[in-house]
This record gives sequence, C-alpha cells and structure tokens, in this order.
Amino acid sequence: MTRLAVAKTYKLYIGGKFPRSESGRTYEVVTPNGAFLANAAKASRKDARDAVVAARAAFAGWAGTTAYNRGQVLYRIAELLEGRRAQFVEEIALSEGASTATATAQVDEAIDRWVWYAGWADKFAQVAGNANPVAGPYFNISVPEPTGVVAIIAPQTTSLLGFVSAVAPALVAGNTVVVVASEAFPLSAVSLGEVLATSDVPGGVVNILTGSPAEIAPWLASHADINALDLVGAGSLEWVDLQISAAETLKRVLPPETGLDAAVPSLGRIVAFTETKTVWHTKSML
Amino acid sequence: MNFLDYAPAPESPSILHLKDEYGLFIDGEFVDGRGATFQTISPANEKRIATIASANEADVDTAVAAARRAYDRVWSRMSGTDRGKYLFRIARLIQERARELAVAESLDNGKPIKESRDVDIPLVAAWFFYYAGWADKLDHAGLGPDPRSLGVAAQVIPWNFPMLMLAWKIAPALAAGNTLVLKPAETTPLTALLFAEILQQADLPPGVVNILTGAGETGRLLVSHPDVDKVAFTGSTAVGREIARSTAGTEKKVTLELGGKAANIVFDDAPIDQAIEGIVNGIFFNQGHVCCAGSRLLVQENIHDEVVDRLKTRLSTLRVGDPLDKNTDVGAINSAEQLQRIRELSDVGEAEGAERWSPACELPTQGFWFAPTIFTNVSTSHRIAREEIFGPVLSVLTFRTPAEAIAKANNTPYGLSAGIWTDKGSRILAVADQLRAGVIWANTFNKFDPSSPFGGYKESGYGREGGRHGLAAYLKPAAAAGRVAAKPATTAGRVAAKPATTAGRVAAKPRIETSKKGTSK
Repeated sequence: MTRLAVAKTYKLYIGGKFPRSESGRTYEVVTPNGAFLANAAKASRKDARDAVVAARAAFAGWAGTTAYNRGQVLYRIAELLEGRRAQFVEEIALSEGASTATATAQVDEAIDRWVWYAGWADKFAQVAGNANPVAGPYFNISVPEPTGVVAIIAPQTTSLLGFVSAVAPALVAGNTVVVVASEAFPLSAVSLGEVLATSDVPGGVVNILTGSPAEIAPWLASHADINALDLVGAGSLEWVDLQISAAETLKRVLPPETGLDAAVPSLGRIVAFTETKTVWHTKSML
Repeated sequence: MNFLDYAPAPESPSILHLKDEYGLFIDGEFVDGRGATFQTISPANEKRIATIASANEADVDTAVAAARRAYDRVWSRMSGTDRGKYLFRIARLIQERARELAVAESLDNGKPIKESRDVDIPLVAAWFFYYAGWADKLDHAGLGPDPRSLGVAAQVIPWNFPMLMLAWKIAPALAAGNTLVLKPAETTPLTALLFAEILQQADLPPGVVNILTGAGETGRLLVSHPDVDKVAFTGSTAVGREIARSTAGTEKKVTLELGGKAANIVFDDAPIDQAIEGIVNGIFFNQGHVCCAGSRLLVQENIHDEVVDRLKTRLSTLRVGDPLDKNTDVGAINSAEQLQRIRELSDVGEAEGAERWSPACELPTQGFWFAPTIFTNVSTSHRIAREEIFGPVLSVLTFRTPAEAIAKANNTPYGLSAGIWTDKGSRILAVADQLRAGVIWANTFNKFDPSSPFGGYKESGYGREGGRHGLAAYLKPAAAAGRVAAKPATTAGRVAAKPATTAGRVAAKPRIETSKKGTSK
C-alpha cells in the first residue's frame, strides 16, 4: 500500500511568520500542463502594508549588524539551501515543467549567488566608498549605507533563481525587502521563506508576498515608507505608471529587465540600493 | 561710530562690462531667443541689470541638436587629455576673472561679496580644476575599464549659488565626455552668460556647452526633450518630483539634488564658541538660501538658554545690507517671491506658538530684505520645523539624550545634511552612523569641496555631485565586451557547464557600475 503524501500549505512570509493572506484569498498554482500543484496565498493590499511595517521594523537591526555578520548570515542561507536541494529541484521541475538537470542547475546557481553576494558584504564599502582629499583641516570620508526598505517585483520567469538574484544584492548592504514572487512559480519563493526562517536572517528582513504583482505593485510603488523600488520583474506590468507613482516620495527605482540575464550578479545591484554618506571630521589645532 | 561700525567699503560694479541685452548661447555663439525677453534685476535695490532672452521649444530643439552634433563629431572623439586641457583652461580663466565674476554674482543674486569672492567663485575654479584632472583617468572612476559617456546632458540649476551650481553640473559632465545644455535660474542668469564668454575665450568647440536662459517652462522643455540622455537637476523637491515623473519610463539617467531641513545637533560638551559660529554659518550663510542649511538647531536642554543667549548676542553683530559692501554679512533675499515665502512661514511659526526674535537692524527700503530670525519653543510638529524655509530663519528645538537627538534629526522626509557639535570623538562617529543624511559636518558646517561627494537621502533626491561619485553620475560601464571580462569568475566558470536555459541566463553581461542609479534607464 503506497503512503498518502502530506501536502504543504504555501503561505506568505511576513515579519518572520507564515500568515495566510488576511483577505483569505488563494489562487491555484498549476504545472505547465494545467495540473493542480498547490493553493498559494493571494496577498492583498493589507498584506503588502503589513509586510512594509515588518520590513521597516527590521531595518535598524539588520542595517546595524556588522558587515562580517551580515556576510555570515547570507552565507548560512546558502548552506541551508544546499541541504534542501532535492526539495527545490522537485518543486522547480514540477512547476516549470523542467528536466531534473535544468532544475538542478537553477538551484545550484541560486545557491552560488548567495555565496557570491555573501562575500561582498564586508567588501563592497571598500570599493564603493573612499576618503576625499579636501582642501582644509578635515578628515573627509564617503561610505555607502543601505537605502532602507526596498520593494522588489521578482523576475517572473523562474521559480528560484530570479528571486534570489533580486533579493540577495539588496540584503548585502543592510536593506530590508518586501518581495512579490513570480505569480506563476511562487512555490520556491515560499519554500525559500522557510529556509530564511530557520537560518539566522532576522524576521522582517525578507518579506515574501505571493499573488498578483499587477494588483500588489501599485500599493508598494506609492507606499510612503518604502525607499526604493526594484521593477526587475515588472516588465509585463504597467511599470512606467509604477515608476511615476514612486516619484511622489522620490524612491530610487531600477527598471525592468527582460531576457535570460535579468538581475545577473553585479556590484551595481548592491550599490543601487545604497546612499553615499560623506562625513567631514574637523581636525584640531595641535 | 562705535567699535562695531564700519565705514562702507563697496565693490564697484563698474569693473563689469555687461551688455545691455543677452541672447542664448547656442553652438558657440549668442543668438536671439524666440521666447519673450525678461529683465534680471538686483534684488538689493530692484534695479534692472540686463535684458535676458528666453528659450522657447524651438530654441531648446536647436540647443539639444547643437549639443548632439558636438557630441557625435567632436567631444566624444576627443582624447581625455585634450578634454582635460580645455577644463584646466576654463579653471584658469575663472581664476583670472574671479573678481569680476564675484561682483556679478553678488549683483545678480544679492549674496554678500565676501561670500561670492571667498566661497562661490574660488570653489567654481576648484571644481573645474578638480574634474579637469579626471578627464584622462576615467578608467579609475569605479565603473571598470573604459567607461563611456552618456551623451547629451540637460542640466537645470537654482538661483542660490548660480555659478557654483553651474560648475557642479558642467565640470563633471565635460570631464566624462558629455556635451550639455544648461539652464540657469530665471532670477540669476548673469554669471552663466559671463561663463559663456569665458568658453569663447577658452576656444571650447561650439555646441559642447549650450546655455539657455528662461523660466520654469524652458527647464521643463529641456529635461523632457527626447534627445537628452542625462538629466541633472538641483532645486526644489516639488520640481524634482515632477522631473522624476516626466523621465519615468525613459532611458534618461537622472540625478536630483533637492531640498533639506538639516538638523544641527549641539551637545552640552561642544566647543561653544565654535558652535555658535557654526550655527550662524549654518543658517545665515547666503541668507539661508542653502539646501543643506542647518535650519533646525537641536540643542541639548541643559545648555539651551546659554546657546540662545549667545546666539542673540552674535546675531546682533551681523551686518545686513548692501551685498557689494565687503563688510556685509547678510545680503538681500533673492526675489520678491522668495521673500513672500519666508514671511509667510515665519508668520505661521508665530501663529503656531513659537517665539520669534530678530536683532534690531535697519533694513534698506528698496529691494528684498529679511532680518535674521530665531524661533525658540519650536516643537517637531510646527511647520517651521518641518518645511524648508530657504531663508535666514532658525528653528530651535531641544533634546536630552543622544537617542532623542537622533530621532528628532531623522524625523523629516528630507535627508540632505546634518551637523554634530561635541568634543567627544567617539560620540561623533556613533551619531554620524545613525543620521540618515548624505553630508554630515562634525564641528563645522556648510563646507564644500570638489573632491567631496554631496547629495541626499530620501526626498532630498538621489545621485551625488562632487568627487569620484559625482563623476560616475555622468558615465556608464563599457559595452558588453568590457563587461564580460569583469564578470565574477566563480559564477562564470560554473555556468559554462550548465544546461542551456540557465547557462544562457547567466552568461550574459554583468553590470559593474557603481553609480547610485547604476542600472537606471
């Protein structure tokens, strides 16, 4: 007699907890052939706002960790993912209809990107900042600091890799994020939330919404407590309207990227969500 | 005469050789504008200085086309060494004509001659000198080898530091290899037009720099012009928003340097004499027409009374009057419109319950004037503690603990600058870490240097001007070939062996730019 499998309920990940959508809504996640896979939570405006509150609350703590510590925490995500490769490969193969080899390659690459970005945490400030030789008795130094709360519309065409490629660089500098997962392939994002919850990433640093990006994105774009908006996966939305809406509070905006190289690893992705702070320290008379 | 009285020592505008009428500077020549002309006046006495052309849509088209032509045919092909030499030449010409430029600036803007002479114009020369040296060293700008210029830049600048803002915009743009069209503010076009003459003396190729005078509509046409690749704006947050909206969805790279409401935090162990001077410099420098002005004084409660008393004593010795007089500390408000806004917000401050104080000082009867003003008993919810006044008006608030000071300092949608006054070095470092502002001055205020990046957090805008960061704002990384070489080795190596979909995804070019809006369209 075969064993009856225990199906997982895919929920949101907000403030370190896994709530259902407050709206009670779900939508069906299906395979490319139309077979039922799971019911995912369909996040509402209220869920998005709750996620922003959680992200803002977590910001000071995450930004305040040492760069060395942030690097270790991000590396720990890679370690935990490595141990759960099989689960992610299976989810990706089912959702995307991909071969096991292709799904494996996606998971491996996602893990490697966590490693790559983890290594940047205590280095990017040395590359992006510098001392300035001002004409006067001052010690003048410019350093990059995290921008704040970053809202991300994750790439829509992959389950895990696009999601990781957009989220990891924003975390390196100490930003906290609210990310809307791929609408068609949300399962890996939620499972990654489970990895984050059991790693050392503090609750609220990454908040994951599943559902309709078209419905949620406008609320994030206009939200006054969000500092930056990454539209990397918003190419099929009315993204110009989102950018216009983001102008109201002068959010930093990254435009959509299409094609297979969306959100490819780069130092630019880290620096895009930083602010350069320049401090003039007065030197005393001897 | 008591010991504080000074005999007048005015600079004479007779050293200027102004034309009665100025056209637009397009393609290396002054041409008539097709919009309605306007007068530029001296805000100190409302007297006409010159008639200024106004650029309409056709003029904007012509200027952008000239800049594009100069970019394609001349400037983008010129070696960095030669671009640098032009910039060095310009820097020297500015130094040679510094006195004349300072007088013109004070005449047109209303700022004291000692500021235009000792701060504005020397910094203008320094800015060109600094970026001149970058022109042939772009490989070291932080964007990887062989970075590219953007193309044609549209630059719109404010009236508070007319020629200095011009230098902040033009010097890095040219060093990076861009051509540009710049619009000075409506009320302060004069030094930009003198600068155009300097470009003629420097023999800068026609079309590399074009200067269009006009009002807000000219600026709007310029930044929204479809053939512009870069928009750089300094001015109000309201206009900055409008530009962010109008450039949405375009490939234009945008930097915005907008408003501020800086906290100047004075701890009870601060060197008090220096702090008083720093507070005065922070808010009364340039009549408070400074986006990074220290307009919110946060003073530790136990020294509040002493600081306020000493401030009042110091303010009583400030000389308000003729901008061309070398003894003048505080000059004229730049325009009737700005004066109206300062009066309005100050009246609101009183109406909301803050206590208003100004030294006894006789203001000229002609022109636009506002006495230095201090508000005490200000609370964080008062409009004078929240809104940018952009005038010689200081709001004084108190705090008890460093945590309270930081919370109050950050309690604003702006994030341009801040000041910290204390003798304790470790506290400076800790507080500076916590302030959400782009420029922080410790035991000093309102210092500027071409090597030092300047720009804001939050609604004070994005992008940096000055330093390596300011240069990067006018560059993009080299094309794909260059990028692949810079690709992270580990990731690249793994990908090669991967199945098609993922490999294709990853094999493409990584972005390595370090500019703030690195991948902005």
